Amino acid sequence: MDLLIPSLIDGLLLGFVYGIAAMGLTLIWGVMNVINLAHGAIMALGMFGVYLIFTFLGIHPYLALVLVAGLGLVLGIVIYFVAVNRVIDAPHLSSLLSTFAVNMIIIGLGTAVFTASPRNVDFSMGSFTAGSVTVLGTRVMAAVLSIAVTGGLYLFLYRSRNGRYVRAVANNRDAAELMGVPSTRILGLSFGIGTMLAAIAGALIATFFPFTILAGGSYELKSFIIGVLGGLGNPVGALLAGLILGGMEGIIPAFLPTTWVPILEFIFFVLILLFRPQGLFGGDKS
Amino acid sequence: MQRKWIVSLILILAVILSACGGTAEPSASDSTAEEASAPADTGSTADTEESVEEAPSESMGGESNVVIGFTTSQTGNQNVSSVRQVNGLQLWMDEVNAAGGIELSDGTTITFEGVSYDDESNTDRVQELYTRLATEDEADFLISPYSSGLTAAAAVIAEQYGKVMITTGAASDDTYKQGLTTVFQAYTPASRYLTGALDLLQNTDPDVSRLAFVYENSKFSTDVVEAARAYAESLGYEVVLFEGYDPETADFGPFINKIQDSEPDAILGGGHFQDGSTFARQLDEKNVAVKFFTLLVAPPEPDFADLGQAAVGVIGPSQWEPQASFTADSAAEAGMEWFGPNSEEFVTAYEAAYEGEEPSYHSAGGYAAGLILQKAILDADSVDPAAVQAALDAMDLLTFFGHIQFDTSEEAHGLQTGHSMVYIQWQDEDGLVKEVVWPLEGATKELLYPMP
Repeated sequence: MDLLIPSLIDGLLLGFVYGIAAMGLTLIWGVMNVINLAHGAIMALGMFGVYLIFTFLGIHPYLALVLVAGLGLVLGIVIYFVAVNRVIDAPHLSSLLSTFAVNMIIIGLGTAVFTASPRNVDFSMGSFTAGSVTVLGTRVMAAVLSIAVTGGLYLFLYRSRNGRYVRAVANNRDAAELMGVPSTRILGLSFGIGTMLAAIAGALIATFFPFTILAGGSYELKSFIIGVLGGLGNPVGALLAGLILGGMEGIIPAFLPTTWVPILEFIFFVLILLFRPQGLFGGDKS
Repeated sequence: MQRKWIVSLILILAVILSACGGTAEPSASDSTAEEASAPADTGSTADTEESVEEAPSESMGGESNVVIGFTTSQTGNQNVSSVRQVNGLQLWMDEVNAAGGIELSDGTTITFEGVSYDDESNTDRVQELYTRLATEDEADFLISPYSSGLTAAAAVIAEQYGKVMITTGAASDDTYKQGLTTVFQAYTPASRYLTGALDLLQNTDPDVSRLAFVYENSKFSTDVVEAARAYAESLGYEVVLFEGYDPETADFGPFINKIQDSEPDAILGGGHFQDGSTFARQLDEKNVAVKFFTLLVAPPEPDFADLGQAAVGVIGPSQWEPQASFTADSAAEAGMEWFGPNSEEFVTAYEAAYEGEEPSYHSAGGYAAGLILQKAILDADSVDPAAVQAALDAMDLLTFFGHIQFDTSEEAHGLQTGHSMVYIQWQDEDGLVKEVVWPLEGATKELLYPMP
């Protein structure tokens, strides 16, 4: 029992961040039926963003986060109009290849500029101990910020005009066009929000784990699982599914060697696809 | 419809080509001013040593240029230690060349030239690059990359092309159990890495009984902990946790939770610098109470001090420390042959060459590899690979790096048998300082126990 509680707490805290990462992927997927294979690479850019801003400009990581989020949004909009817009109506393969190409470009440039040597953001917020559980300040902050971001996204989608447009386009692009919604711009905005979430997730992860330009890969895989588990296009579903996955990642090592974690995660993924492909929390594109 | 398929195919091709084009020609970094390209002997496909002896082969005062091939991990996980190793090797080469080279009995002067590439800490690259070094660049001798994993790949290539290779930064025993004949190990083998730590523990606190081994799932660390576990069990310890982690692991949380749950008195393991430092940092962040904590490779690196308080009390096995007391006198006392500079001279020369950078044992290992090769050439009085090999087989030498002697049996040819580890611990003396805590004959300070 003594092992389960700290493991569960660690896993859940990490799960919040996984949720944000997955939200980015699932939003794009849900709104425009595009699988963003550059998701992991953009997360890694978020990690480097915080690292560079903190190390060379001395700005506090959580303030740097705001900057990184803004840059992520802009980058996403650029990527959308350059790489995705022209193939948005084409068969899935084209948009998949397109985002894959963007992924390779980012990783290639990143490796050339930053090399594959691991980096660390030397930032600490201490830790809190309660009984057998010791929790890192940075992880708690990451969880808190994740909840805040989720709240912000929810407010945007359900309480703002642009958010309504996004939902309209996700529901039926042609009908939205007919109602006067500038669908191309909205799609660009949606893609930008998706990449912004990826960048935020990356920035948060950088505050407590070392990373390289390739570090986004494993999180991208988890985002797929979480996206399907939570239901495509459902941000709150993504957060909850992220918690479930994080919890699993925390608990499994308590009983089995840690190397079993990805195996069980993917078996779980296949089971969901087989038995409940619309995800645990519905699947309607809201 | 068809057009879209063609477009998609072109896109796929473009992506594949750009991915291949990305891994461009490796940038050969010349260590000396001279160009690496051997003179174009289009005719002779004969033994490589002939291409070394250039045109005027009049014996008296002839000059010979020997090419030494190796790779550096300029990028990737092994970067930190690899650069140190190559710095050491380069220092040796520069010193020998500055002194005019080595003189053989027939008057030939040998100077050395290094040819190296970036292996990106990647085994596939090592295979490609060492093949290139052995064939296109016509290297006469090879020095291994840093780390057992990469060296295992390089050793096979060396044997295949009949090149003598001195391995350094590579402790795994397995490499030498494959029936290789031209590969010689400078480092103490993995099987003897942690055995001394267990001796130290037993000497300090005989009441300790519970051990946890958490190690990197790499060739080297697995070899080390397997041997250490066997030794620990023979000493009567109880191994309460024995688990490996992926080399790319960034999150040691699950392991640390398991460690806390199994309540060991001592933790041993780790792997290389990156994962070891992260492990130490996260263990400290979680305030885990453990009395004895030994990590592989990372603690002896001066950069480990960047962890600050998290580094205090951490012990690490080291192949060499600046305080090491091997000198010409101690060699004479032990009846051994002495060669090369002593530790103080090496440290001074290294710091002068690298802007005050403190050498780690990786640096010393790089220098020692060159030194061993130099002595072998002098003993063999030639650069002929067979002669040099025989000289290495017969070597029984004391250097600043320690005692050097190779196993000559068929089953373990090339394994290092003379050298052994020293153990350091970081202590807080108005700033972090590395102290040698074991063996007692070489210790500079008493072990800080239990760990704060």
